[in-house]
Formats: sequence, C-alpha cells, structure tokens
Amino acid sequence: MAEVSLRKVIKRYGQMEVVHGIDLEIAHNEFVVLVGPSGCGKSTTLRMIAGLEEISDGEIAIGGKVVNRLPPRQRNISMVFQNYALYPHMTVRENLGFSLKIAGKAREEIDRAADEAAQILGLTPYMDRTPGELSGGQRQRVAMGRAIVRHPDVFLFDEPLSNLDAKLRSQMRIEIKKLHQTVATTVVYVTHDQVEAMTLADRIVIMRDGHIVQTGTPLDVFERPVNTFVATFIGSPAMNLVDGMAEGGAIRLSDNVRVPLPHGFAALAEGQRVTFGFRADNLMPLGHGLAETGEVATLELPVSLAEPLGAETLLLAEIAGKEVQAKMMHPRPVSPGEVLKFQLALDYCHLFDAESGVRLERKRDHGTD
Amino acid sequence: MKRMRRYVRNNAVPLALLAPAVMIILVVVLLPLIFSFYTGFTNYRLIRPESLWDFIGLRNYARVLTDADFWAALWRTVLFLTVALNLEMLLGLCLALMVNRITWGQRTMRTIMMFPMMFSPILVGFQFKYMFNDTIGVVNNALQSLGLSQKAIPFLVDRWLAFGSIAFAEIWMSTSIFAILILAGLFAMPRDPIEAARVDGCTSWQVFRHITLPFLMPFIYIAMTIRSLDVARAYDIVDVMTGGGPAGRTELLWTLIARTAYDDARMGRANAMAYVSILLSIFFTWFFFRKLMAARQHLGAF
Repeated sequence: MAEVSLRKVIKRYGQMEVVHGIDLEIAHNEFVVLVGPSGCGKSTTLRMIAGLEEISDGEIAIGGKVVNRLPPRQRNISMVFQNYALYPHMTVRENLGFSLKIAGKAREEIDRAADEAAQILGLTPYMDRTPGELSGGQRQRVAMGRAIVRHPDVFLFDEPLSNLDAKLRSQMRIEIKKLHQTVATTVVYVTHDQVEAMTLADRIVIMRDGHIVQTGTPLDVFERPVNTFVATFIGSPAMNLVDGMAEGGAIRLSDNVRVPLPHGFAALAEGQRVTFGFRADNLMPLGHGLAETGEVATLELPVSLAEPLGAETLLLAEIAGKEVQAKMMHPRPVSPGEVLKFQLALDYCHLFDAESGVRLERKRDHGTD
Repeated sequence: MKRMRRYVRNNAVPLALLAPAVMIILVVVLLPLIFSFYTGFTNYRLIRPESLWDFIGLRNYARVLTDADFWAALWRTVLFLTVALNLEMLLGLCLALMVNRITWGQRTMRTIMMFPMMFSPILVGFQFKYMFNDTIGVVNNALQSLGLSQKAIPFLVDRWLAFGSIAFAEIWMSTSIFAILILAGLFAMPRDPIEAARVDGCTSWQVFRHITLPFLMPFIYIAMTIRSLDVARAYDIVDVMTGGGPAGRTELLWTLIARTAYDDARMGRANAMAYVSILLSIFFTWFFFRKLMAARQHLGAF
C-alpha cells in the first residue's frame, strides 16, 4: 500500500515562497494529475515527492512513512522525466536494468525484469541500441520501462509527453493509461496540458501560483469549475466568459443581449454584477445541434469567423463586443458578418462572481433539479 | 605533362593564391624536417660544420638503440609521464568536482585555479629547486623546525626523491589543465541523468561512478592527449631543477638529447635520438586519441 500524503507542504527558494502550504491525500493505486500553467509549482511539488528538492516546511509521507529526510533512493519511487533522462552511454537493456544492478540483484533477475518491461512497452527489438539511436517515442518508452522494472510504490511523471509530436503524444497517452491498468501503482503525473489531465486522471489537481485551486474527478472540474481560472483552463475550446448584471429576472450581457436567469439563481440580487460562462458546445445555431429539452435561450449574434473542422464548425460570434466561441453541428458555409440565431443551453451555464471570479452555486430548493 | 600544363592553365588563379602558403610550409616546416632527418645519418658535429657531409648510414641509430643510457632515459620518461598524468588527472578531477560545487565566487576560484599555468616553466623549476634545496630550502627548514626530520633530506640528490620532486613541480604547474577541461565537461553535463540515477537508487558515489565519470571520460582523454605531448618533451623544469643529474639519475629523453646535441656537440646522434623519441609521442597521442574516440562513441549522440 502506498498512499501519498502532502501536509502543509511549503517550498521556498531563499526568500521567495513558490509552493504555499499544499494539502493533498493520494490514495493507493490512484492516478492523480497535477495540472496548471507553467510556474504554478506543480513540478516543484512532484520533485519534492521524489526527494530531488528539499521540503522547506510541512510533511510528505509515502505509505504512511514521513520521507522528508530520506534521499530519493530510499523512497521506492520511480520517475519519468520530461527529457527522458536516459543514460546516454548505456544500451536500452542496461538502461532498463540499471536500478536493479545498483540494488545488487542477480544477473538473470535483471535480464528477466528488463525483458519483461521491454515486452510490455514493445522495446524488444531495440534492446542493444543506445538512446542516441532511438526516436523520441522509443526513448520515452525506455524511460517508462526504466520506471516499471523496479516495481516502485509510486510512479512520478514530470511532463513526460511534452517533447513528443501531437500524434505520438495521444498514442503514448493511451499507453500510459494501459500501463497504469496493468501495473497497478499510485501515480502522480504533472502536465500543463489539460487534455492529458482529463484523459488520464482519476483525480485532477489544478494548481496556480503555488496553491491548489481545485481537486476533483475530470468530470467534476469540467462541470463544476470553482472559479473562472479553472473554467477557462479546463476544456477545449476554453469556456466563454462574458461580464453581465442581474436585472429583472435576467442577466444583461449588453444593451441588446439578455439571457434569462438559469434555474437556481433566482436569489441573485438585482444589479449584482456577475461573469456569465458557457462552453462552445452549449451555444449552437438554431437547427445545428442542441437537441436538448432543457431550458434554452435564443440569441441573435453576428458571426465574425468560421473554422470548419469537418464534423463541426467552430464559430466566433460577438456578444457585447466580446468574442465567444460557438459550435455548429452538421455545418453549412457561414460567411463573416452573417447574423445567426443561436440557442444557448441554460442548464449548462455557469455564473461567477464578477469581482472574485468564484463560482456561484445554484440553489437546489428552487426549481426541479 | 600536357595534361599537367592544361591543369595549371585552367587553375592558374587558385594555384597562384595557394603558392605562398605552400612555400611557407616548405621553408618553415618541411626543409628543417628533411635537414634534421638527414643529419641523423651523418656524423654531424656542431663545432665542425664540414662533418655535415660525413655520411655514416644507420650507425647513429644503431648506437642509440644499443645505448643503455638512452633506454634508461626513455623508460624514465615513460614512468614520469605515467606518474604525472595520472596524478594530474586525479587531482584535476577532484579540483573540478569541488569547484563545480561552489556557488558563490566560482569565477574567481576558476581564475585562481589557473595561476600555476601562468608562470614560465623555467621559473617554476627555479622556485621548486630552491624550495627543495637541502641546505637553504624552505621544505627542509620547515621539516626540521617542526621536528619532523632530524637531518636535511636530499630532495634533489636521491634518485627517487629527485624524480618525485620534479614530478611534484610538473604536477603543481599543470593540474589546472585537467581541472579546467574536466570542469568544462561538468558544465556541459545534463542534469537529468544524474537525477534519474538518484531516483533509481544510486548513492552519490554510484552516481559519480556510473553516470558522471563516463560522461567526463572524453574530456579526460582530451586533457591526456594534450598533456602527454607536453610531458613527453619535458625539459625545462628538469634541466633547471637537477639538470638530469646527479650522475644521470633524473635524465629524461630531452635532457639527454639536449646534452648530446649541445654539450657533446653530436648533432647527428642527437637528431637520431630525437626521431626515436618522437615515436613515443606519436604512440601516446595515438593511444589517447583512440581512447577518446571510443569514449565518444560510447556516449552515442552526446
């Protein structure tokens, strides 16, 4: 059993504090993804778990044992680095077996473990090559193989796919997910790519400026972002945010665009300033998608740009001089400047406080949901 | 002949432009080389220029190769090279590793580290000659004042002590070459494999042994190549400190060659010796260069 606990973990470089007292409990066999923009402290946090960075304050425990003072080699962890960090002077076989050799294991056992890892990752034909003779994807696989031969308590991934091209990245993403299913182990995975976070994680931890902003399952953070930062960070394309004001049972987004108050927000004070958020998937031209039966508002908006993607077209529409993205299913050609009638699914809209950006919750006692 | 003339006509401008460079190489390098090689087959003595025409075939080479003094000097040179290079490498490595850990004032430290290289070898020789002197030297003085030694130690007279003293001077002067080159290697070294090794279970020593050292080997071999050429022609420090003596106990190849050429004025034989000793330099260069290539190959794309 290897759960990982972070308790009030702080990292300082000299006077500058970069991680401000993080609390996080990671369960045994859980796949947790730390995600956030660059400089948010996610890599530093991972490196503190690995023991490559000192913990300035607080406590990190692996499997119930506090590891603050233990060097990396005594934590029984494996790490996959962004730049692979393979040993350039060793063959693939030697790279895979290195940790076991250091641990003083017998030759046959090392070979068996290396062969087994190579088998899982499809590296068998390359065992005698050096890293210099491998492609990016193959190197990445060796790095992963090197991590699994040791049967560690915890896997740490530090942006392992960011050096690969898009196609290889989605392929390796699937392999990592499969790998986690075959060798059930606790995983902490750092990335700045929200798609990776969404597809891989059991639980996503969104970080910003050295704080944890939100923790939850991928659907959780997608459907109920705690603030505008998470709302725009998770999901692609990013959530549309338009400033507005509660006025007479509706939200006034501009002089001529008003949206009825969604269910559960009746308690909003008259004149309260809010940020109105919705995803492109929930704003569609009439007759081009949105077959739902829930509450729907109809808006007439001018379109400034159309991006055909084949199965759908992304439209840039304008609300109150602000560009918002909409989606068009079963597309037809749209010319710039055309005014279309859009439908907005109010059940999937979000309201945030205009000042703090914090999510405003729907009140359950009102309405049926 | 006709083709040659056509070739010259068609390439007149490039040939004309190349001509000065070729001429200079001919006059400055090739002619002296041929001349010295020729004198090796004559009984040329510096004080009797007419002996230049006294062609004696391979007799000089036969003499040199059967001369016990020559072989003794050759082996002593090889020993000197081995001792100096290995100690310089070890000390340079330690120095580089330590300087690499310094975070504050590292530039200053690097400059200070190179001070010994800035002195003329002759002056370094004199400095150590007086430090190791058995009557007035500071080393003996210090040892006796501290009560560590009852009588003067003949640093520059005893066979092995003199050898050691010269090696000490040589090492003092040139360790920084190793240190600088190895430090350059440390700067160029990627951090990731080191961290990966630490996570993989290595102690600091194992990280050094399995990751850092293999990466530094090419740099070490470059330093070895440079220094082997340097030490194989060692002359100045030895000549100043002991003059190859006493009684030939510290005679190295080039002190022997210089003595033969200028004290005994046997230029012909000295040149024959020089050509034999150059083989030694070529051997060491070839040896280290091959090691270097192998180490580079070993590191693959890096």
